Amino acid sequence: MEKKLPKIEIIEKYCKGCHICVEFCPKDVLEMKGFYASVKNLEACISCMQCELRCPDFAIKVTNE
Amino acid sequence: MAFDYDKWIRPGKLPHIWCPGCGHGIVMKGLIRAMDTLNLKKEETAVVSGIGCASRLPGYIDCCTLHTAHGRAAAFATGVKMAKPEMNVILVGGDGDGTAIGGNHFIHACRRNINMTYIIMNNYIYGMTGGQFSPCTPTGHKASTTPYGNPDPGFDIAKLAIGAGATFVARGTAFHANQIDKLIAEAIQHKGFSVVEILDDCPTTYGRRNKYKSVIEMMNRLKDVAVPVKAAEKMTAEQLQGKVLTGVLYKDDTKPEYTAEYAKVIERAQAAK
Repeated sequence: MEKKLPKIEIIEKYCKGCHICVEFCPKDVLEMKGFYASVKNLEACISCMQCELRCPDFAIKVTNE
Repeated sequence: MAFDYDKWIRPGKLPHIWCPGCGHGIVMKGLIRAMDTLNLKKEETAVVSGIGCASRLPGYIDCCTLHTAHGRAAAFATGVKMAKPEMNVILVGGDGDGTAIGGNHFIHACRRNINMTYIIMNNYIYGMTGGQFSPCTPTGHKASTTPYGNPDPGFDIAKLAIGAGATFVARGTAFHANQIDKLIAEAIQHKGFSVVEILDDCPTTYGRRNKYKSVIEMMNRLKDVAVPVKAAEKMTAEQLQGKVLTGVLYKDDTKPEYTAEYAKVIERAQAAK
């Protein structure tokens, strides 16, 4: 069965580029693209929600269908 | 599943004013999750604050909120609670607002054991006013007013609260984001004055003066110094040197609560007519 991928939404309007989500992602899913965080490797995401939990700026939303 | 923070945030208020990497946002998320798990009603919840970075928090939350004078959050909140004892009153503020300017109000709110929850975001500095040292700045650390190192020893907010008579005292850190909402929820449910100290980071005015290269380094420091209370029981005094205990540090359910005691006073006074 094909693995269902979560959806990671990054709201650039809110992101302040603090790097917290990128550094504390255990699977190295996110990266900094210019000023904002962006998704680098969605395949590796295990939906642990650490990025959403730690983002101080309400800029990340992780949803599982 | 993503948590829906939007229902607790005033429309159009985000992005907030806090600097990149500031932990206040993490604490605000924790508070929102705690209020949501407890199913608090917006019209029965009051978030009260004084002045400072952390005290800007009520401006973003969609419930009854009060942004008051510097350090006077506890005084205004006591007024709210006495007028409407059925309200859930939550105070938020920083370490300078809570323990320096509002130190007197803080200890007396603890002493009264009035049923409120005080969330103190301790970032070791006065961030908003330009990085002056606060009563929580550790000895030797630098601030804009102590460029050669702070000679004063810092306050231990949790011990201060326990000593002053608070009946629920807990401590968390901005790094341990998962724990924050659980501590705050337990504190709100406690009948009596509860204090939750959250160790926080201020990369802008504290971090750069004290040789922290990045927000990540500050977050990792919080991770390193925090020791859960249960783990600390098995550690020696030597191992605990420089560490900070986290979790529920003190709980006492036996002390009478102030609004209940005051209702009895009203009853006695009316019977005496």
